[in-house]
Amino acid sequence: MSKFGIILNGLIKENPTFVLVLGMCPTLAVTSSATNGLGMGLATTFVLIMSNLVISLIAGFIPDKVRIPSFIVVIAAFVTIVQLLMQAYLPALNDALGLFIPLIVVNCIVLGRAEAFACKNNAVDSILDGIGMGLGFTFALTLLGAIRELLGSGKVFNMTIFPEEYGTLVFVLAPGAFIVLGYLIAIVNRIRKV
Amino acid sequence: MGKKVESSFVNMVVVLFTITLIAAAAVGYVFTLTESTIAQANAQKESDAIKNVIPVEFADITSEKVAVGADTVEVFYAKNGNQIVGTAVKSFTNSGFNGYISIMVGFDTKGTITGYSVLSQGETPGLGSKMVDWFTESGKGNIIGKNPGDKGISVKKDGGEIDAITAATISSRAFCDAVNRAAQALGGVSAWSGATPTNEQSVESENNEQVEPVKE
Amino acid sequence: MEYILLFIAAVFVNNVVLSQFLGICPFLGVSKKISTAIGMTGAVTFVIILATIVTYLIQKSILDPFNIGFMQTIVFILVIAALVQMVEIILKKVSPSLYQALGVFLPLITTNCCVLGVAIQVIQKDFTLLESVVYSGSIAIGFGLALTLFAGIREQLELVRIPKGMQGTPIALVVAGLLALAFMGFQGIC
Repeated sequence: MSKFGIILNGLIKENPTFVLVLGMCPTLAVTSSATNGLGMGLATTFVLIMSNLVISLIAGFIPDKVRIPSFIVVIAAFVTIVQLLMQAYLPALNDALGLFIPLIVVNCIVLGRAEAFACKNNAVDSILDGIGMGLGFTFALTLLGAIRELLGSGKVFNMTIFPEEYGTLVFVLAPGAFIVLGYLIAIVNRIRKV
Repeated sequence: MGKKVESSFVNMVVVLFTITLIAAAAVGYVFTLTESTIAQANAQKESDAIKNVIPVEFADITSEKVAVGADTVEVFYAKNGNQIVGTAVKSFTNSGFNGYISIMVGFDTKGTITGYSVLSQGETPGLGSKMVDWFTESGKGNIIGKNPGDKGISVKKDGGEIDAITAATISSRAFCDAVNRAAQALGGVSAWSGATPTNEQSVESENNEQVEPVKE
Repeated sequence: MEYILLFIAAVFVNNVVLSQFLGICPFLGVSKKISTAIGMTGAVTFVIILATIVTYLIQKSILDPFNIGFMQTIVFILVIAALVQMVEIILKKVSPSLYQALGVFLPLITTNCCVLGVAIQVIQKDFTLLESVVYSGSIAIGFGLALTLFAGIREQLELVRIPKGMQGTPIALVVAGLLALAFMGFQGIC
């Protein structure tokens, strides 16, 4: 696979949200606005790239039986670093994402890519895979957030598109998350078949 | 790549231990780097909130913790010299739609609300979260300029005079609860305890000790 | 009374899956049959209560006194992973029949974010130990309720003709959305 192909793979062909359907918890929970979706996506991307890099470097030294715990520790360390950095420099975003920042640890995408890609490939490819998957995730979250924000409150990235009174509030609430994502995946399925 | 390392007890322990140690060291290092910035960001947020809710100029701030029933809130006295010119109370409620809400409420020396700012809330976006500007002067449920007095403020549904946020009565009630708790800390609202109204004297006094204890 | 409110709030009002979005992966993954849904619920209940107690004690006795709260995420996830392994081993020895029923679900639980989520939540909400136990138990019951209801609906969905693009995950998500809508009716009861 070419270097570019690896990135494209995560972005489109194996998009973690629309195709692999992984990491649903943050996907649904934080996408009540496009900004939150973007923030969460970028935080996860950072963790993905760093953990992919480190794991690809150390995978050769890890005994098979403690593979998963070792990966989890590496991931948890990077998640905590992201959490601390966000508390220090982006406190508002940190408040909005709340609990879901530490929960990046149990996001199946990160551990899944460590298992499926990083521990079998070299560092450069692993970074590219992290970038591709991360951007694919970020793209999906931002799109979902933008659609929900638009339908729910008439705004995208806090810019008013139409008056708030015409918004259908349910899209910002919990049920809207499920329904919008359901239809988005259905649309992606349809496009991929063609 | 790809070759598997045999697992023995010793190498499992050593590897896992080393990784954890390095991870802990890395995280600890970042923690020491960010610690002061985080503290600064939090302090900044608090002092911004105080400036926001007390409209008059003041030179310095003293703070103390005041017990309200079983809870404790933090009261900030804005002073010019020895003269208290306004009070900000960092109050909270647990009865929000999603539980905990923390707000900063400002009072003038007569106990009239001069401003508020929501420090943290997890209310439903688009509904309860509107509390951030709903109760301001430009919002629909203005509380600025109201004096909680002895009765406290409450939403119209509960016989009060505050317009609740549309479709978010619970959040609005919780908000009123937090404001009342703040007023209570200053000895204003005594309706729940049945104590004789003490009104606002305690705020005007320069002596912090005179804050009326609230009986529960 | 306080505990009853806590229970109702955790099970119905702020249902862990349908309004807090924790544990969505098993919610979508193991909800095709009611029997597996119940098995998963059993395993989650067991681990979530145990994990909450252990992580709570660690937080109060180690992390807080030594002021190393920033290690929370790493410590908690390691504890949960170890706990899941331990439960698996003990269950295998002590009760093979229970192991048969729950065993396959146990490895999946480490990455079930509701376990870690609840462990962190009880610390953030400043619960007492007893409150934490009640809360985590209620969360598990709420998880089980949502999962079982959802599995029941999905069993019926098998018999329905669904447009091609909507088959599988999309229709499941839309159903979950409707279920979440129904659960919104509970909001405001306490």
